[in-house]
Amino acid sequence: MTKRGMEILVGLFVLLGMLALVFVALKAANLTSFNSGATYVLTARFDNIGGLKVRAPVRSAGVAVGRVTSIVLDPKTYQGVVTLAVDQRFKFPQDSAAKILTSGLLGDQYIGIEPGGDDVDLAPGANIAQTQSAVVLENLIGQLLTGKAAVAGTVMEAPQ
Amino acid sequence: MDFLAFLGARALAVLRGWGHAALFFVDLLGALLPSLRRFGLVVAQIHAIGNRSLVIILASGMAVGFVLALQLYNTLITFGAAESLGLVVNLSLVRELGPVVTALLFAGRAGTSLTAEIGLMKAGEQLSALELMAIEPRQRVLAPRFWAGVISMPLLAILFSAIGILGAWVVAVGLIGIDAGNFWAIQQSGVDVWRDVGNGVVKSAVFGVICTAVALYQGYETEATPEGVAYATTRTVVISSLGVLAMDFILTALMFTTGR
Repeated sequence: MTKRGMEILVGLFVLLGMLALVFVALKAANLTSFNSGATYVLTARFDNIGGLKVRAPVRSAGVAVGRVTSIVLDPKTYQGVVTLAVDQRFKFPQDSAAKILTSGLLGDQYIGIEPGGDDVDLAPGANIAQTQSAVVLENLIGQLLTGKAAVAGTVMEAPQ
Repeated sequence: MDFLAFLGARALAVLRGWGHAALFFVDLLGALLPSLRRFGLVVAQIHAIGNRSLVIILASGMAVGFVLALQLYNTLITFGAAESLGLVVNLSLVRELGPVVTALLFAGRAGTSLTAEIGLMKAGEQLSALELMAIEPRQRVLAPRFWAGVISMPLLAILFSAIGILGAWVVAVGLIGIDAGNFWAIQQSGVDVWRDVGNGVVKSAVFGVICTAVALYQGYETEATPEGVAYATTRTVVISSLGVLAMDFILTALMFTTGR
């Protein structure tokens, strides 16, 4: 084989490897779904973050607009402080609400932002005042049981 | 006393072996940069090591992708999670199977040929002849092969993963009938470029260093007899495979266990 022929084959091999990397990065990983775009930071305080994890998506109207970058406990108020990195393109009114929601019945938890009606947008670094904590299944069941008991109690008393 | 002496002698021999290998590696590292001036030699070695391993890597990757998709589907369907098939296949290939299986195949396919080639060069006293001509054999013979191994391995590993994912796609979408959009979307939402793909590439580069260095050392230190070369080739496969598996555990522990 000539030297040039061999060099072409090696070039092909290297090119093929690069293509495979690009394929995996673009088609089979999250490089395309905004990772590199400019973001700004928002914070939100929740009484209970449930099973929310760092890197969980932030969605508005179901569309991903950002990611959770950190979750810490505020040692004074005992609230979970969640920091969000939101895509620069999307601004939300000052009175928007942040909720911790669950995708599907048992799916992963994410943060949903419900836009408010204020004229002024949330500035970078701002805190989202209105929040709704995660629904914890155990608490819900507990409420259901006590509610049932209360209902049963009233029914028992009713005939008198 | 005899027992103590035996124990001490063995320990010293082991330490001496390690020290010898470490010195060889340091010498090799010193020869790396100068050897780049003759880049044609590196290209020729990439052809011998990388291009010629392509067929076995692609065939194995495809087969692994097929089988993973078929097997995982049977399990996932019992949990009603067949849609996440693409994600599981992707993560297992990109994080673990791609780098590790490629390294094991590479040790068998390319490592052995390196060892045998250099061992025979040594047996034929070609390396000594080079030295007589004032040509540094590490720079001229070993370093280009080392570069070639370290460059080829990540390329081969990512090709293995890519073809495996494509194989899984053929089975999942073509044969089983999982929705194609779903197959890709769940991967895009669940696989991180830096954390998963990037760490996989780092792993395969480390395995490239291990496999090539072991193969070169075994070849360079072989006894100059037919049995010596045969023994060295066997040891190349055993040591690099075990080294890759042990290093894989360490790297996985470092890369994928810290939180989140």
